[in-house]
Amino acid sequence: MKREKLRAHAPLEEPPAPTDLRVRQLRARDLLRGDLEGPELEQQVEESVLTTTMHKAVGWGRANSIFPATFGLACCAIEMMSIVGPRYDIARFGAENLRASPRQADLLILSGRVAVKMAPVIRRLYDQMLEPKWAISMGACSSSGGMFANYAVVQGADKFMPVDIHVPGCPPRPEALIYGINKLQRMILGNPDPGWRRRYNAYGTEEWAREATGEATPEEIEAYAAARERAASHEASRSVATRGGRG
Amino acid sequence: MHESAPAHGGDVLAETGEEVIGTSPIERTAAGETLGPEQELFTINFGPHHPATHGVLRLLVSLEGEVVRDLKPVVGYVHTGIEKSCEDKSYWKVIPFVERMDYLSYFFNMEAFVGCVERLLELEVPPRASYLRVLHMELNRIHSHLVWLGTSALDLGAMSMFFYCFRDRDRILDLFEMSTGQRMHTRYFQVGGVFEDIPLGFAHNLKAFLAEMPTRLDQYEAILNRNEIFLERTRNVGVVSRERLLDLGVTGPLLRAAGEPWDLRKVTPYESYADFDFNIPVGTVGDGYDRYRVRVQEMRESVRIVEQAIEGLPEGPWIADDRKVVLPPRDELSTSMEALIHHFKLVTEGFRVPPGEAYFPIESPRGELGCFTVADGSAKPVRVHIRDPSFVNLQSLRDQCIGGYIADLIQNLAMLDPILGGIDR
Amino acid sequence: MPDAPGLELIAQELNGAAEGSVLGTYHEHGQGCLIVNPERILDVLSWLRDTPGQEYHFLSSLHGVDYLPAEPRFGVVYELLNMPRAERLRLRAALADPGASASEPDRPRTRSGGGERLPEIDSCVSLFAGAEFPEREVYDFFGIVFRGHPDMRRILMPEEYVGWPQRRDFPVGGEPVIFTRNEPEMPRWFE
Repeated sequence: MKREKLRAHAPLEEPPAPTDLRVRQLRARDLLRGDLEGPELEQQVEESVLTTTMHKAVGWGRANSIFPATFGLACCAIEMMSIVGPRYDIARFGAENLRASPRQADLLILSGRVAVKMAPVIRRLYDQMLEPKWAISMGACSSSGGMFANYAVVQGADKFMPVDIHVPGCPPRPEALIYGINKLQRMILGNPDPGWRRRYNAYGTEEWAREATGEATPEEIEAYAAARERAASHEASRSVATRGGRG
Repeated sequence: MHESAPAHGGDVLAETGEEVIGTSPIERTAAGETLGPEQELFTINFGPHHPATHGVLRLLVSLEGEVVRDLKPVVGYVHTGIEKSCEDKSYWKVIPFVERMDYLSYFFNMEAFVGCVERLLELEVPPRASYLRVLHMELNRIHSHLVWLGTSALDLGAMSMFFYCFRDRDRILDLFEMSTGQRMHTRYFQVGGVFEDIPLGFAHNLKAFLAEMPTRLDQYEAILNRNEIFLERTRNVGVVSRERLLDLGVTGPLLRAAGEPWDLRKVTPYESYADFDFNIPVGTVGDGYDRYRVRVQEMRESVRIVEQAIEGLPEGPWIADDRKVVLPPRDELSTSMEALIHHFKLVTEGFRVPPGEAYFPIESPRGELGCFTVADGSAKPVRVHIRDPSFVNLQSLRDQCIGGYIADLIQNLAMLDPILGGIDR
Repeated sequence: MPDAPGLELIAQELNGAAEGSVLGTYHEHGQGCLIVNPERILDVLSWLRDTPGQEYHFLSSLHGVDYLPAEPRFGVVYELLNMPRAERLRLRAALADPGASASEPDRPRTRSGGGERLPEIDSCVSLFAGAEFPEREVYDFFGIVFRGHPDMRRILMPEEYVGWPQRRDFPVGGEPVIFTRNEPEMPRWFE
């Protein structure tokens, strides 16, 4: 029945629309053979060829084929398992290939509370991963110790290893974790989503506990000013298409 | 497989007083015997990061070829100091902590603690709250068994079971989200009842889920029950005698699969389990296959219980009325000064529990989950200890695995259903 | 659970069978507890397990409690279960803390075996094989040594950890949360 509808709209007497797949295939073949000339050539190039830098291409490849490591610590691991499940399907983003061995994995999702006994093990795992590697700290416990402010939990995994994305929640919904993975993908692509700092105009408010004097050192003041300037110029040069802020 | 417990080095014979040297090569070497090269053992380290250990469990396995000769579990890699943290918090605030111990059966953790405090307070839970608790607990049992089934089948190679089980698990979590607002770790049970009544539409969704669940379970059984590979891997593997299991303190589906019909819901009914009509599946051999069948049948029985619970849900309050312990409803806060004062005291300081000790055991998906609370009259507990079933069940892993292949170790671990959050607390 | 008179009966029979083992009883919230002399704990447990009519074959739970500042400081609690009658009985072995004696107050605190005197009690692994892990846990958290345990070492904390976390005088730990909003005005306020 669909064929009749098509015939009704585009009867065979008319030349088929340029978007027809077969026409595109033949045009592409002609392009490669060098048979296209003039405006046809220009049109074909505009439609089907894109140019990019090597970095961007590699970034695109890396971002869309992340291999997470099967690393579950505690409750967040159950929600991490459910993103592999059919409803919150991480295969949509190319990351369904969870590898057990850290040597084959790119992404370490620290899902769960990091006990003091486990911290050296995690550090060793992270060291065994090959570059480029990223780490997502999933949930409140691995981001900051969570609700467990006691002797047994490391107050934040970034005390002993670099973490790229923190996903809040206890446990974060699978959609939240996927949002975190998407943010990571944008980071890998090269246009990191500054997120709330941009939305709330909060550049230059990065804090750290200062040493004895309590005054900001000249280096810090300079770093703050540079951060503000960078943000302003980044804002100005940002194109519409890459404006992030959404999932 | 072995029939009796392996002799442990260090046992003392009753008649002669001699010390027993165990039969495993490790113990014989420790006793000074020199073993030949064909008996040398190869000790490998399993985990704590391993795809098939359910969580961060580390096993030191001594192998002779592919046969396991000795096994030492090392735990503590997710020890969170929950029991210590609980001593610092008022009783209300302990509930989210205790919930996160055995992180697949969070309603059961809550029930154990809340039931224990209610026993200390001698507080009556209204029947609607009791039914709602049973409803949520049985849904959580189905959820826990589904996750177990998915991950165990994944360990044994049946990967598609993982996706099926997680599909159904997400439906249960939708129901939890509807009634409690949160998928996991819902903080739904409070001392005196439940936090909120179920919303409109919950019963409808629940009944739709329950109508489909038995068919789904039939489908899962059709995949695995007579699957030759599954049978080969689980039949007669990991058998420990009933007496040995009782000696080790093992409870739950492991004990029931070995033939002991022990289920706390039937033996000492707590909450309103006495009102429901359900059966306890009991196995015969006690191997991995029996454990699998027992758990799947438990899921069916839980479906029955939930059906009865939602049909017979009594009207009434969903939390007790005692304002010294339970928060007053919010609409009263704007009209009644007393309610405001109660609310303030409860939120800032918490309710006080008269001095005493109580132990409240319940039947969680893994076995007997008990909460022991010591109160001293203040608003904070002196000691909260959770007797976790996985912690005690893990002691039987050695008996199950010794003499078997390393692949059987994976199967035994899968059928044991350990949850490291509960083991390590 | 044996009711209050039944509990007294058990206590009397126990004292008859093993002199001076039961120091007290209490019965509250429907549960009975015997307070036991820690030196006689094995006698008590084997009597409760083997005597026909008692037959508490199942050890549900073994855990420790720190009753500081009450004396005796520690309690090792055994939850016993008789499956056919579905009866539970709790035993508390009341242990005093030898390290708190004032004989050498300035002795440096070191790991067990190095100078600290730790409370000791007999291990019941020979009676209930399922006590192995729980006793290790009690040792790990309270420093109570179980004599005769096949493998007395820490189970949940790292092996080299110093300190007995669950004791009441051990701090909870953790770090102060730095609220970055106030940080410029009140740097390092937590110190």
